[in-house]
Amino acid sequence: MSFTVPLSWYLVLSAIVFSIGVAGVLLRRNALVIFMCIEIMLSGVNLSFIAFSRFLHSMSGQIFFFFVMTVAAAEVAVGLAIILTIFRSRESVDVDEVNLLRG
Amino acid sequence: MMTDLLITIVKILVVFGVYLTMVAYLSLVERRVSAFIQDRRGPNRVGPFGLLQPLADGLKFMFKEDLIPHYVNRPVYLLAPLVALVPAFITMAVIPFGNTLPLFGRDIPLVIANVNIGFLYIFALTSMGVYGVVLAGWSSNSKYSLIGGLRASAQMISYELSLGLAAVGVLIVAGSLRLPDIVAAQSGLRWNFWMQPLGFIIFLIAVFAETNRLPFDLPEAEPELVGGYHTEYSSMKFAMFFMAEYANMLTASAVVVSLYLGGWQVPYLEQAGLPPLLLSLAQVLAFVLKVGVMLFFFVWVRWTLPRFRYDQLMRLGWKITLPLAILNIFYSGYLVVAKWV
Amino acid sequence: MFVILAVILVGASLMVVAQRNPVYSALFLILAFLGLAGQFVLLQAQIIAVLQVLVYAGAIMVLFLFVVMLLNVRDRQAPEAKLRWQKLFGLILTIILFGLVAVTVAGEVRLGPQGEFTPQRLAELGNAQVFGKLLFTDFLFLFEATSVLLLVAMIGAMVLARRRPLGASSPPPAASSRAD
Repeated sequence: MSFTVPLSWYLVLSAIVFSIGVAGVLLRRNALVIFMCIEIMLSGVNLSFIAFSRFLHSMSGQIFFFFVMTVAAAEVAVGLAIILTIFRSRESVDVDEVNLLRG
Repeated sequence: MMTDLLITIVKILVVFGVYLTMVAYLSLVERRVSAFIQDRRGPNRVGPFGLLQPLADGLKFMFKEDLIPHYVNRPVYLLAPLVALVPAFITMAVIPFGNTLPLFGRDIPLVIANVNIGFLYIFALTSMGVYGVVLAGWSSNSKYSLIGGLRASAQMISYELSLGLAAVGVLIVAGSLRLPDIVAAQSGLRWNFWMQPLGFIIFLIAVFAETNRLPFDLPEAEPELVGGYHTEYSSMKFAMFFMAEYANMLTASAVVVSLYLGGWQVPYLEQAGLPPLLLSLAQVLAFVLKVGVMLFFFVWVRWTLPRFRYDQLMRLGWKITLPLAILNIFYSGYLVVAKWV
Repeated sequence: MFVILAVILVGASLMVVAQRNPVYSALFLILAFLGLAGQFVLLQAQIIAVLQVLVYAGAIMVLFLFVVMLLNVRDRQAPEAKLRWQKLFGLILTIILFGLVAVTVAGEVRLGPQGEFTPQRLAELGNAQVFGKLLFTDFLFLFEATSVLLLVAMIGAMVLARRRPLGASSPPPAASSRAD
């Protein structure tokens, strides 16, 4: 490929994706969708990790991606379990209805 | 540059053509073999030995009424058969079906794409194959389909672990993620089938579960779920699921042959002094034959073993094959350390 | 290629937020992840791209879809009166955040010292090989730590998702009345 995409394009794209994730977390009420938006935010960050890794000629970014991915997997497992228990006790996954400290 | 591109296109066309033909004839083979096993005759009316039966089946599917129930979730319902079919097709791109073919003064590598992570590519696509079944199950809005879809997703995730861990043994021995390298590491009699019988058996079990074949075809268990995830599908869309099953089988056989049965290698054929062109053609033939044997094995097992119960399936997956697969990793490590390979 | 994949990524992410049905959200998220994997391939991080498809699109999203389908939540028209301003504020804050990040990032990026893994060298050694070697040498401790993290998460998820508390032989009445 003759034309290489400059680093800043990747960073802007990453910022856009991250912001979409933030918007989703703030706007949506469904706990499952909020969870997905957190994944979008992580993806945005991952993109800039990999872009930096490419442009700095360093593997650290890719290693970091690996750890982010592992943490995301762990987080999803626990988070979905929490959502499942919430759904069982309230029959809803609307975060506005989860406002009691004692179930 | 242009000739390279041309060669790649020709390779894709040839592989795709052979692949589709084999998928079509696999349905015939299955019916004939099942008939043979059950002491029947099977379809033998259309053409000699029923050889035109797949054509007749295809025509029949095309002319059936395409019924879309009004209660389905339309976009997802239409998407699902495609999602089921495509991963099986594009997995073939990384499977080496021969060494190099010396033709017109060039050595043409007989693999469509020799990517350095071919092995992981296969697994990534396998994991995408789940979606076809899950989406079909959900979008049909029918309880049979939904249960079938949920079963399929749980089953395929569970067995993907065993599949991957069993194959790690092969990777340790070959020391590469490139499939041609993995095949090359099994030269002579050092097929992984002999070197790692445990890994081979686990991989085979997991492959049966991944392709939803009996004895693991719970997602479409007809006595309890009518048709499972494809209950609500008809005509060409059903045909696509049907094809997806056989395409998956074919791809899975090719993967098993590449990883464990030495790929295109014939032991000691290189020393027989054949002309290079003949040699590589013989190797391609050997690959096709091995895949054929694997496919026969698939069919044979289907008509021999009864179906598992769901809890038995999960217990086998998590409590037996998974620990054994991890054990196999240690064993492969020992093989390498003890310099047996 | 970059532009096509970027459009897929952004469009699919937007649809995740915009869709009412969580199943559609999950599907678009899968599409977004695939777009992102494509970007990784363009950045010559093939192993990362495959891991992205394998773990995010293949495993995490199947889990998501599984739970979404299991709960089969209908997005009811929730009474929004309580938090009427939240959407507006959320949107404004997001745009401000995006503006801040974009201004910081879009200008001249000054890179630090460059590492040893130039694209040519990576292509020579193989992305996966380098990745694996680093992971099991320089980052070995972190690697082991994540394995412990995963174990904890696994146990935690199982404890949370149990139908009855640990140790109870018979389900307590409160739980059994809601059991489905």
